[in-house]
Formats: sequence, structure tokens, C-alpha cells
Amino acid sequence: MTAALPIAPAAAPSPWIAAAMIAAVVLTSTTGEVLTAAAMKSIGDLDVIRARSGIGGAIRAVVTCPLFFVGVFFLALAFFALLLALNHLNLSLVAPASASLTLVTNAVAGKIFLKENVDRRRWAAAVLVCIGVYLLAH
Amino acid sequence: MSHHTLSPRQYLILGLVSICAPLGDSCLSRGMTAMPSISLAHPGALIAAVFTPWIAGGIALLIGFFASYLTALSWADLTFVLPATALGNVVVALLSRFWLHETISLERWAGIVLITLGVSFVAQGPSLTQRPANHQPEMEEASEVQPR
Repeated sequence: MTAALPIAPAAAPSPWIAAAMIAAVVLTSTTGEVLTAAAMKSIGDLDVIRARSGIGGAIRAVVTCPLFFVGVFFLALAFFALLLALNHLNLSLVAPASASLTLVTNAVAGKIFLKENVDRRRWAAAVLVCIGVYLLAH
Repeated sequence: MSHHTLSPRQYLILGLVSICAPLGDSCLSRGMTAMPSISLAHPGALIAAVFTPWIAGGIALLIGFFASYLTALSWADLTFVLPATALGNVVVALLSRFWLHETISLERWAGIVLITLGVSFVAQGPSLTQRPANHQPEMEEASEVQPR
């Protein structure tokens, strides 16, 4: 890769390894967020549930949903992937790149899996974010 | 867009949203760079890392971020809270530079600014979570799910 520039002070991993580490954070956290969002949607409006069966009923509705725990499992994986990335890479690369790319993949995943409406402005922002991440790696 | 008049407490919550996450990430980074290089062959080292002071402190700050983020979302639109999280990108750059002593190239500063602009740009658009409030949820209607 021509883009191989020293980013972390000592023993910086190759750009491909660095990209894989950030991709791991982005993909696991997107999976986790989509699954928890799908779980919460399948549970229904928590305010309605709370009005019907109190705060205990609302908590029970969440903790009896298996999909919710699968989502939380992926979010936990995302956290450990973040720790691994921070072990090898600079914070000024990992934090903005993972946070903003998650925003983009969430928009794509929300569109595909949750059938959400993603407007043109959001896609434009996604493009801005991608250019920004490209610059980050230099 | 309606005008928001925020109480000092609400400003404090928004401040916490933009400060806690970068500070938490910086603590995680500080803790993880201090550790020897971890390979995927020994994933147990990642779990052990959770119990070191810097990582534990970082987790506490990130829980604080999540709590204030959820609190903010309870009285403000997502579109209103997102710029506060976008500001976090700038805070994280400043913390990386002046606390963790990372060298940040001009291109990387440009990237951080572009990302922050991109996120704020999203925030100016209509929120995806907004739905017309014409459907009053009632007990007998709760079972029939209407699209939109």
C-alpha cells in the first residue's frame, strides 16, 4: 500500500492489520446495535408496556427477549475489539474512525435490515465521514 | 425547528455527553498502550485488562456517558444530541495530542474536522425517530401494529 505511513509510534501494525482491527470494532458494534434495535422493536413501545404492567413488567419484557442478549453479546465483543485496537493503534485514529464508520454502517444496516428511511442528507454525511476517515489514516 | 430553552442542569448533561466519552476512550487508550502487545492467540489478556485501573476508570466514564446520553435523549431529539457527540471527536483529538502526546498530522486534523462536520450535517436533517403523533396507543389497539 502506498498509504503506509507511520501512524503509531512504535511497532505500528501494517495498514491492513490496522484496517482489520477497526473493521472488527465497526462490524461487531453495528451487529450489536442492529440486533438490540430489532429486539426493542419486537418488544414494542415500553411506555405502553409500563402503563399496563409497571416498571417491573417493562424490565421483564426486555430481559425475556433472547435477541436482546445476542445484541448485548455483540456489543461486548465490540468493546473487547476496541481494547485490542487501542493496544496497537493511536487513539486519534481509532476513536474517530470507529465512531464515524459505525454511524455509516448503522445507516446502511438500518436501511437494509430495519427498513428505516435514510434520506439523501444522511448519505451525503456518510460520504463526508468516509473521506474524513481516509484522511485520518494518513 | 423549535427553540430550545435549556436549564443549567440540561446544559450540564449535554456537557457530560461530549466530555465523558472522549475522556473514557482516552483512559482506555492510556491503559491499553501501557500493556504489552496483545495478540488474538491470548484473548484472556483482554478480559484481564478490564480489571486494571485505567481501563476500569474508562469503563466508568463510558457508563457515565451512556447514562447522560440516554438522559439527554429523554428530553431532546436525537438530532439535537448528535452535535454534542460530534464535538467529542474534537475533544478526543485534543486529549490525544496534549495528554497522550500522539503526533497528529495535518491530514488527520482535516479528517477529524470533516467527520465532525459530517455528523453535525446529519444532525440538521429530520430525525429518523420522528413519527406522526396521530396514533394514540391504547390497550385494545396495542396488538394491531400499524405501519408508520
